Amino acid sequence: MAGDAAIEASGLRKSYGDVRALDGIDLRAATGTVLGLLGPNGAGKTTAVRILTTLLRPDGGSARVAGFDVEREAAALRRRIGLAGQYAAVDENLTGAENLEMVGRLYHLPRGEPRRRAAELLERFDLADAADRLVRTYSGGMRRRLDLAAALVARPPILFLDEPTAGLDPRSRINLWETIEGRVAAGTTVLLTTQYLDEADRLADRIAVIDRGRMIAEGSSDELKDQVGGERLDVTLEDRTQVDAAAAALEPLASERPAIVLDGALRVPVSRRQGVIAEAVRRLDEAGVGIADVAMHRPTLDDVFLTLTGRAAEQSDGEEGDAEEEG
Amino acid sequence: MNGLRDNISDTLVLTKRSFLRIPRAPDLLLSFTVQPIMFVLLFVYVFGGAIVTPGYAYVDFLMPGIIVQTMAFGGFVTALGLAEDLKKGLVDRFRSLPMSRSAVLSGRTLADVGTNLISLAIMIAVGLLAGFSFDASATHVAAGIGLMLLFGYAFSWVFAFIGLSSSSPEASQSIGFILIFPLTFVSSAFVPVDSMPTALQAFANVNPITTTVDALRALFLDAPAGNAIWGAVAWSLGIAAAFATLSVARYKRAVTR
Ligand SMILES: Nc1ncnc2c1ncn2[C@@H]1O[C@H](COP(=O)(O)OP(=O)(O)OP(=O)(O)O)[C@@H](O)[C@H]1O
Ligand SMILES: [Mg+2]
Repeated sequence: MAGDAAIEASGLRKSYGDVRALDGIDLRAATGTVLGLLGPNGAGKTTAVRILTTLLRPDGGSARVAGFDVEREAAALRRRIGLAGQYAAVDENLTGAENLEMVGRLYHLPRGEPRRRAAELLERFDLADAADRLVRTYSGGMRRRLDLAAALVARPPILFLDEPTAGLDPRSRINLWETIEGRVAAGTTVLLTTQYLDEADRLADRIAVIDRGRMIAEGSSDELKDQVGGERLDVTLEDRTQVDAAAAALEPLASERPAIVLDGALRVPVSRRQGVIAEAVRRLDEAGVGIADVAMHRPTLDDVFLTLTGRAAEQSDGEEGDAEEEG
Repeated sequence: MNGLRDNISDTLVLTKRSFLRIPRAPDLLLSFTVQPIMFVLLFVYVFGGAIVTPGYAYVDFLMPGIIVQTMAFGGFVTALGLAEDLKKGLVDRFRSLPMSRSAVLSGRTLADVGTNLISLAIMIAVGLLAGFSFDASATHVAAGIGLMLLFGYAFSWVFAFIGLSSSSPEASQSIGFILIFPLTFVSSAFVPVDSMPTALQAFANVNPITTTVDALRALFLDAPAGNAIWGAVAWSLGIAAAFATLSVARYKRAVTR
C-alpha cells in the first residue's frame, strides 16, 4: 500500500451563496505522510476538511479517502477516519472519561476497549487528573485536548485535524506534535490545517498553501521556503542613499535570490543563519555604511503570501495575484 | 444482522448520555418533576370552579388533559439538546463517526420516554391527592399509560425536527411552545369542545390532541370511546413515522451553526 494516496481530491468546489469557499482544489497525501493545509482566515481549510470527512457535499470535483469516495462510500470511509474539528466538540455534561468512552463505543470498539483507550488517552493528553470532572469545568485548552484525544480513540488510519494547536499552550502544543509524530511513525496519514508555517514545517511532509479557495503553492517545506526566500537579513540604514553600497557589501552573504529594498530597509535573502549578523555588521562597517537596525527574519505565512501572490495575506482585494505556482 | 445490532447499541449509548445529563443539570430536572405538579395544582385549584364539565368532577375531566399536554411537551429536551449539539459542533463529531445515522435522534427520543414516565407517575400521584379517581380496570389504566408514552414519543420526534431546524437552543424552545400550546388549548384537554366558538370547534375536532385526550378519558374514566383509542394510536404512529423520517433526513445534512 505504501505510496498509495490515502487522501486524494481533485477539482473540489464548494460555494456558499456567492462566496466561493473552494474553487477547484486538488489534494494528495500518500499513506503514512502528513499533508499540511496552510492558509489565512477564510481560505477554505475547514471547508476542505468538512468535505473530506463527509460532513459536507462538494458542489463539484471528487475525493477519495482511504480509497473510499466521500459521497458514495461515506459509511465505509468513516470507519477509517478520526476528526478533530476547528472547535472542540465535546459534551459539557459528561466527564472527560465518559466523553472518550462514548466515542469509543460509537466506533464499535471491542468490549472493554473504549474504557482502556479513554484512560490511555487522558494520560497522554495530561488530562488524567481531570478525567472524572465534568467537561463544563474544563478550560478551553483542556477541551481542545479532549477533542483531539477523541479523534484518536479508534486509532484511525487517517486523521483530520483542523487547526489542532489553536488555543494550546506551548507545552501542550509540543506534546501534541509529538503525539502526531508518534501516530505517523505507526503509519497514520494526517491532514492538518494550520495558519503557522512553523507547525507545518515541523509536521508536514507536503504543504498545500491555499487562499480564497484556490491552491497557490504546493510542495515540501523546503521547496516552499525556497519559493518564499528562506531566511532573510533585514538591515535598516542610517542613510538611505547608501543602499547600493550596502547591497554590494552584503552580496557575498546573499543566496541566489536578489535583495530588495522596502521602506528604506534592505532585505537580503540568506542561505544560512549562523554568524550572518556579525559578518554583515563587519562588512557594512568596512564599507562605511551606517546601520540603524539589523535583524534575522524567518519566513512567515505573510512572506509566503507576499511572495506567492504579490500581496499581504490579510490585505483585501486590489489586484488579483497572478504569481500562482502550482507544484 | 450487524447493522441492526450496531444501530441499537449506538442508540443505547446516546440514551445513556441523555440520562447522565439529568442529575447534572438539575434545573432540567425541575421541568420533569415540579412543572407537572405545578400544572396539576394550578389548573385544578384556579380553573377548577369556573369551568363546567357535564358528567364529571372537573379534576377528573382535567387530569387526562393535563397529562396529554405534559406528554406533548415532554420532548422539548430533545429539541433543546439537539440545538445545543448543533451549536457546540457535537453533531459534526457524531456525523464523522461510523455510527448509525439515526442514533443521535433515537437516543434522545428514547430518553424522553424515561423522563415522560417520571412525569406521568408524579402527575398521577399529585392528581390522586387532589381528588382525581380512576374509573377503570387496571388493564385500562395500564393501556392509558402506554398510550401516553407512545404519544409523548411521537411528539419527541416533532421536537427533534424543531431542534434540527431552529437557529439556536432558545429559538427551538419558543418554536416548540408556539406550535404546541395552540394545539393543546384548542382541544378537548381543558374545556368541553362544544363550549368553544364554532371555528375553533372545527379545529378542535380534527386536532390529534382532542383524539388523544378523548382516548385517555375513555381509558381512565370509562368515557364513551368511539374511535378515539385507535385514532389516538394511529395519530401517534403517524406523527412518529413522519417526523422521524423528516428528522433523519435533516440530520444527514445538518451543519454546525
Ligand atoms: N456555513 C457557511 N455559510 C456561509 N459561508 C461560509 C460557511 N462556512 C464557510 N463559509 C465561507 O467560506 C469561506 C471559507 O471558509 P472556511 O471556514 O473553509 O475557511 P478557513 O480556511 O477554515 O478559515 P479559518 O482560518 O478562519 O478557520 C469563508 O469565506 C467563509 O466565510
Ligand atoms: Mg477553519
